[in-house]
Amino acid sequence: MMKDIQPVISVNNLVAKYGEKTILDGITVDILPGEVTVILGGSGCGKTTLLKNILRLYEPFSGSVKFWGEEILQMDENEFSTVLKKVGMLFQNGALLNSISIYDNVSIPLELHTKLPPDIIDKIIRVKVNLVGLTHALHLFPSELSGGMKKRAALARAMAMDPKILFCDEPSAGLDPLTSAALDDLIKELKKQLNMTIVIVTHELASIHRIADKLIFLDAGKMLFYGTLEAAMKANIPQIDTFFRVGRF
Amino acid sequence: MSCKFVNSVLSFEGELTARNLPKLMVEASSLIGKNKPSMIDLAGVQAIDSAGVAYLDQIQIQFASKGILLLKGSTPETQAVIDTFTSLKLPLPIPVAKIGFFESIGSSVIEAYESMYKAALLASEIYYWSFVGLFNHKGQRKGSLIQQAALLGSQALPIVALLSFIIGFILSLQSAVQLRNFGANVFIADLLAVTMVREMGPMMTAIIIAGRSGSAIASEIATMQVTEEIDALKMMALSPIRYIVVPKFHAISVVMPILVAFSIMVGMIGGGIIALGYLGLSLETFLKRSIEIITLKDLVVSMGKSVVFAWVIVIIGSYFGFQVKGGAEGVGKATTASVVASIFAVIVLDAMFSLLYL
Repeated sequence: MMKDIQPVISVNNLVAKYGEKTILDGITVDILPGEVTVILGGSGCGKTTLLKNILRLYEPFSGSVKFWGEEILQMDENEFSTVLKKVGMLFQNGALLNSISIYDNVSIPLELHTKLPPDIIDKIIRVKVNLVGLTHALHLFPSELSGGMKKRAALARAMAMDPKILFCDEPSAGLDPLTSAALDDLIKELKKQLNMTIVIVTHELASIHRIADKLIFLDAGKMLFYGTLEAAMKANIPQIDTFFRVGRF
Repeated sequence: MSCKFVNSVLSFEGELTARNLPKLMVEASSLIGKNKPSMIDLAGVQAIDSAGVAYLDQIQIQFASKGILLLKGSTPETQAVIDTFTSLKLPLPIPVAKIGFFESIGSSVIEAYESMYKAALLASEIYYWSFVGLFNHKGQRKGSLIQQAALLGSQALPIVALLSFIIGFILSLQSAVQLRNFGANVFIADLLAVTMVREMGPMMTAIIIAGRSGSAIASEIATMQVTEEIDALKMMALSPIRYIVVPKFHAISVVMPILVAFSIMVGMIGGGIIALGYLGLSLETFLKRSIEIITLKDLVVSMGKSVVFAWVIVIIGSYFGFQVKGGAEGVGKATTASVVASIFAVIVLDAMFSLLYL
């Protein structure tokens, strides 16, 4: 039955290098639709590098990455931009454009990629900003927001185009437990209501327990495990056991 | 994607998404005309996104005054998207109060006054710590004066030399044509010496230093402010002014007169090429007349004002650096503002010096 489900993203034997140093060593994984897949591992194991290689923000050394069955590494800019319109990305530090307000940050993809009339765009922006609980900060600039608010604003921008896949790079890092839990709830809600496929890089155990359907565990550039959280706990892989045991509070 | 309007029921079929919406809105609008739909049938909608929901909200708001409009036939998936993205439950946006003309003038005046006050306060602190720093080097790193002198002075030497040479050359070339008409060739040396010593040397050097070193000072302090380095210094019980600004202040006070002297010398060489080559003056006459026309007062005023310009550049650069808010964006704004303000201040001060010591 599982074999009938077509993966949204297929990564095959992906190798990434910085100079001579191998950061990712032959990663092969299929990410299934409507699931929250968490990429985890210790600092410097290649989590963000994997995410950025999948999205072509870094050029992989070798391997293949397919979105909806189409190889993206060989695509030209126009073809790839069609794929990117169906993808949202929440960066680690938000990466909001500092010179414009939150409203304008969310409006950019809508204004530049759609032909929607301004009043419809206005409604979409207000709804998305309200979803992340920032209606009161709609016209503020990123510099006027706290770290958590910036992340939520960045999530509103990532959702602006109703992406089919949402990538999040450490969404809970630096946030208090309540804000972090609220962000996780929002991600869960998006998955449930919109059947969004979500890929999250994190090493926050509480977050993993709350939202993960599948885990990709990386260690020193290699994928040690892919599967559910329960399966990871029973897999008897020393690195995973240590990760969960030491990180427990 | 298509729509129908039959018996006051507006029915949509296909995908109600951002891609199809612009065409669909035109089609629906022409079908409805002046009538009012009483119901929207979504049974045929296969997919909907937030743009589609925003459009449904817009129709509902548009016809709400004419009676209740019902949505029917939506699948659970469609209804889930509508529930998530509907804007009908949003709080109404609070209208932003517009600032009146006189209010904006008033706030600008208050802002300018506050800026001047803060700048004066900073300048007094810089002068105080710079004076104290002459006798007591506590709170400054060893070698910072030399490092700053190299950064602000010697590294600026090539650009000062190049521009001064070109200015001297152009000044001389333009004057030479006129002087030749009157047979007053010999006065080129007087003209060049007076202009370079009294005006062009100090002012052009100050403008170059404002653009090069003033911006560097502003951006360095602004970056330190944004990355909390200033706060870190305070927490180490160090005065940021003593640690960062005083070495720059001392260094620029020393190197600026040297740079100006160098600028005058190179400017005279640039002008001398025209005087000797085009107007046929002898080297001896050119040098003799150049030296004779310059008085001690000219040199003292020139060097004096170069030091004042240097202080103003450091104070303005530091002021904008310390005032920065708003991350990387703020750093850029502070740097630009500091260069504009420094150049403006240098030119205004130069005009004042010219009036005072004519």
